[in-house]
Amino acid sequence: MWSLFSIELYKISKRPRTYIAFIAITAIVGIFQFAFKADGTNYMNLMLQSVQDTFDLDKTKAINGYFMCYIILNTLLIQVPILVALIAGDAISGEANMGTLRLLLTKPVTRTQVILVKFAASTVYTIMLLIWMAVTALFLSMYIFGVDDMLIFRVKGEESQILQITKDDIMWRYIAAFGYAAVALSVIAALAMFLSIFAENSIGPIIATVCIVIVCTVISNINLPVIDDNVKPYLFTSYLVGWKGFFYIGTNADGEPIKGSLENWPAIRNSLLILFGHIGVLLTASVVVFNKKDILS
Amino acid sequence: MKNLLFLFFLGFTLPVFAQDINSLVASARKKIDAVNDYEASGRMKTNVTFLKVPVATVSIYFKKPNKLKVKSEKGISFVPKGAVSINMSNILGSDFTVIDGGDDKINGVPVKIARLLPTDENSDVVLSTVYIDPVKNLIMKARTTTRENGTYELEMSYGKFAAFGLPDKIIFSFNTKDYKLPKGVTFDFDDGTKIKASDVKNKKGRAEITFKNYIINKGISDAIFTK
Repeated sequence: MWSLFSIELYKISKRPRTYIAFIAITAIVGIFQFAFKADGTNYMNLMLQSVQDTFDLDKTKAINGYFMCYIILNTLLIQVPILVALIAGDAISGEANMGTLRLLLTKPVTRTQVILVKFAASTVYTIMLLIWMAVTALFLSMYIFGVDDMLIFRVKGEESQILQITKDDIMWRYIAAFGYAAVALSVIAALAMFLSIFAENSIGPIIATVCIVIVCTVISNINLPVIDDNVKPYLFTSYLVGWKGFFYIGTNADGEPIKGSLENWPAIRNSLLILFGHIGVLLTASVVVFNKKDILS
Repeated sequence: MKNLLFLFFLGFTLPVFAQDINSLVASARKKIDAVNDYEASGRMKTNVTFLKVPVATVSIYFKKPNKLKVKSEKGISFVPKGAVSINMSNILGSDFTVIDGGDDKINGVPVKIARLLPTDENSDVVLSTVYIDPVKNLIMKARTTTRENGTYELEMSYGKFAAFGLPDKIIFSFNTKDYKLPKGVTFDFDDGTKIKASDVKNKKGRAEITFKNYIINKGISDAIFTK
């Protein structure tokens, strides 16, 4: 099982498309950092709006490494599912396309093991992508912009809020957020791999995964009560942004943030469980379908 | 003899009871005028519905005639723009006409109310109402209505720097504008909590500044106010 896993990782590392994702992330992060270094105050003005009429605030302090990473993740985690699909969507269909699927299944391993190992390898790839994001978006931003307290701009229900987290209370939130993102992106990997079982080439499952993610993300961001209540809870994309929950700091009755607290841990936990549920269902479906798949034709 | 004693008693007590509001304001102003500059450290607690910010450690710098700077010692701080009015010389510094507003009580302490109308027609301040403790000559409360920035209200409590008219604690109330981000801009995580905007609109902001210590009349560089 371990050698099969090592082989899968080796195969992923040898595909040129693997590195497209790393290059894309580096480019996007670099563009963001350049833009904010050149004129970050414009973005800050947009987010602060009327607050500037009532309060004085040192905006240069507010545009710091922690804030930058949050902004980049906010944008990037919408595109990263596409990058994950590039690899996971190729897992089975790539073998079928190259004609190595039959050869692979003649080895003394079960089809279930093959699916589990390919999913594990896709998950490792996803984690590597997130580590690279942490290096470029967080640590590099911390180096370029420095560190200070972090401001979170947020719409909660019909109310807009500005949350401030002190700089000594941020790093653990990022570790937790990246951990959550790994689970969320693993759902995409499981979906792409499930779809790749049905295809003979990689393009189909990759595009299908991207389309599903885009359509579901659009629906998840439509603010209509009927969709909020009846559709959103059943879409996995509604939970992809759950990592932000780690930055929604709990407050006391006076609205003062409580260091080390989370506003709604049960909501984050439930989202995580739902995402794990999705992974379980998609993996089980993949195992069932793959075990019944006719590889002779 | 009785009449003579009555007149003698009246001659001593009448100035105390019928202290002219102008002279009372002048006495309070004299105390404040004795401070040319100060540097104070303290803690600022901001209470605004849409702002969830921690208590800030701040330094406050003042220099005559009306330079005031509130600086955060560490981290980011939201300093209310009207905070310049926490300095009483900002209110009593300009020329004004005083109108007697009668008597009142603040926390059980009898106070005199003085309404100050600026003589300068172009002044941003339309009206200031100050509540003065006639015994200690200290301003206990002030309400300032401005043309551009609404109404500010200050409540002061005094301690060891009362001799300079400098408070140990100021509660500063101010108007806040509604803060509303367009939906969909922030891609927020919906945790299922429902909040209606109508519940939180039109609330006043409040900043509570507690001063730890003052360094008075030791000179302050102008550069501090330009940073």
